[in-house]
Order: sequence, then C-alpha cells, then structure tokens
Amino acid sequence: MVTLRDETFPIRSSDDIVKVRQITREWALMQAFSLVDQTKIVTAASELARNTLEHGRGGEVRVQALQAGARRGVRLTFVDQGPGIPDLDKALRDGFTTGNGMGLGLSGSRRLVNDFDIHSEVDKGTTVMIARWK
Amino acid sequence: MVNQNKLAESVRTQQEVILKDWVAFQLAATSLRRDLMKESELRDQSREFLSLFAQALHGGSDIGDPSWKPVRDFLAQTARSRVAQGFTPSETAMFIFSLKQSLFDVIRTTVKDPKELVTDMWAATVLLDKLGLQIMELHQQNREEVIHRQQEELLELSTPVVQLFDNILALPLIGTLDSARTQIVMENLLQRIVETGAMIAIIDITGVPTVDTLVAQHLLKTVAAARLMGADCIISGIRPQIAQTIVHLGVDLSEVTTKATLADAFTIALQRTGASIMKSAVARPKE
Repeated sequence: MVTLRDETFPIRSSDDIVKVRQITREWALMQAFSLVDQTKIVTAASELARNTLEHGRGGEVRVQALQAGARRGVRLTFVDQGPGIPDLDKALRDGFTTGNGMGLGLSGSRRLVNDFDIHSEVDKGTTVMIARWK
Repeated sequence: MVNQNKLAESVRTQQEVILKDWVAFQLAATSLRRDLMKESELRDQSREFLSLFAQALHGGSDIGDPSWKPVRDFLAQTARSRVAQGFTPSETAMFIFSLKQSLFDVIRTTVKDPKELVTDMWAATVLLDKLGLQIMELHQQNREEVIHRQQEELLELSTPVVQLFDNILALPLIGTLDSARTQIVMENLLQRIVETGAMIAIIDITGVPTVDTLVAQHLLKTVAAARLMGADCIISGIRPQIAQTIVHLGVDLSEVTTKATLADAFTIALQRTGASIMKSAVARPKE
C-alpha cells in the first residue's frame, strides 16, 4: 500500500468541521471517487469531526490518500484526548446518544465506509479510523 | 526624557530632510504599491504623520499617553484606508518601519557621543517598533471587522423565504446548515407562515452539499415546528447521492414528504392546496 499524501488538520471549532468536509471532498475528488463515494466519505467525516469536537473536546484528523494496487482510497483518523467512551458496543448502537443528537453519527458513519476501527480509553481519549475505497 | 526632547527637537527642525529621505525610501521599497496609492497621497500621509509624531515626542515615549492620541488616531485612519485600498499587513507596517532609516540618519548627524548615540538609537527603535506593531494590529482589526460584517450579511442573505403561489412558500437552502443559520432559517420560515397563512412550505436542499445527522435533525425540527403552526412541509432537492447517504446513516425521513426536485414538490403542493396550473389553449405565435 502506497501513501500518496498525508496531512493532519486540527479540529478546534465548528469552522474546522466545515474545513474537514472541504478537505475530504477535495481529496476524494483527487482520488477520482464517484459522486456517491465522495458524498459518503464526506458525510462520515462530518459526523466524526463533530464527535471529536463535541464529545472529545477537540482534537485532530489525519487525512491520507492511499493506493493499493489498482484501488485508491482515502483514510481519515480522528484523534482526541477527551473523556473516552466507556461502553463501545452501546455507543455503536443506532439511536444511542449522550448529547441531544439523533444517536446515528457513529453507527451511521460505520455504514458509510469500507474500513472502520475505533479505540477508546476512559479519560485518555478516542481514536476513530475510517477509510473508503473506490 | 532629555533625549526624548532632543529627538523631538531634531525631528521638528529637520522635518523636511527626514520627509524627503523617508518618502524616497518608501518609493524605492518594493513594498510600496504604486497600483494602490498615488505618490502625492503617500507624501501627504508621510508629512502629516511626521508633524504629529514630532509634536507627540514632546509628551514622552509612552504611546498610550493622551499626548499621543493624535498619532494613534492618525494610525487608525491610515490602517483603515490601507485596508480599503487592499494593502497587506506588512505593507501597512512598512509605512512606519521605513521611517527608521531616515530617523537614524538624523540622530547620527546630531549626536556625537557614541554612548549617547546608542541610547538614542535604541529609544527611537523601541518607539517605532511600538508604533509599527500598533498600525499592524489596527490593520488586522479592520480586516476582522470586514470579515465579521460579511459573515452577518451572509447569514441574512442566504435564507430568503419566497412565496410561489397562494398558500405555498419555498425556502431554498444553500450552503452549510450550522446551528446559527438553522435558527435564522427556522425563524424566517415560521414568521412567513404566520404572515401569509401558507398551508405548505417547500424546503429545497439542492444547494446543501452535505446532509449529515445534524442537518437532518435540524430539518426534522423545522418541519415539526411548521406543522405545529398548521403548515405542511415538503423537502425537495434530494439528489441520488444524498438519498443513499441518508439511508446508510439510518436517518428516518419517512414522516416527511420528500421529492427529488423543486418542480415535483411544487406540483404536489398545488394538488394539496386544490390549485392547478394549466397550459394555455391559445395557439403559440406562428414562426
């Protein structure tokens, strides 16, 4: 697997969420994603960036453009040093929310991407990795 | 303080020399934007600053002092005009920093004692640095004001509610639906429903690039609020990629009537309000 591009961006304010969406769309376009694939990864990025900001008290996202053989992909890794998630199974269930959202962000973004990986430790923080391949 | 007065004195007496040097220096510098500013304007600005500067020097070197107020006001005005003219922050700051050279030349010719020379030079440097930073800060402040004003304009501009027909309103949404805007959108829509007594409101999201759970939630809340006011909502502008994404996210929009295009939504709205639009039977003009 070859990394074509690798950059990290901060998530500190709601403006940064807009920026993460724009960057993700730009990179997906660069990887020649179809409109549907673009929209899926951008929407997942939007959900997870908002989680990083609202539940993780801010953090950063690492964006990678990848190539594995003929397949091209975009991988996003969201990292925060927030309170962490005590019960991951519960958090990944549809409709579960600790805020006042719909409780579909985490579970929904999992369905929007090909690779999904989450690590969380209470009081240490949370890392969510997603990737979409065309 | 003694040095200060001496500096003030030499600036006052040699004002013309300094001015000539300074303007020449500014004109030669690459940071001067001849395309943005006339030479005569620069000369006038430099002259005015120098005379205010000479006066203020008598009052000490604390630029926060009331005696420096004319200089501060002048800097504020200059920063404002330079922002309007399209200068960058460093170009604006160079106006002050470029004075150093000519001022130092004057100090060098008037002060002979080396020790005193160093002290005077240092005092002048510190003073000009402060003024330079001040104008830079003012420049930045002006830029921020411009951005802030544009943001507010954008908030108001981007959420018009239009009447399409008797009892039918349309709300074409464009851009990001963050919380602040959603609030304004909702208020505008509800207000217009009251004013017009509309039965149906069409919310068109063709111009919304990303529909995530937060946007969906805002939409559903707007629909629910409109329903409480007695109006039904139709969401239009659902493109194929948005439809797929919403399904994968697991957002349930089945409670709301949705349509692919605004035209489709309008047709439904007409049917529901009992109105219809017919093509005229009158023959088209002959070609």
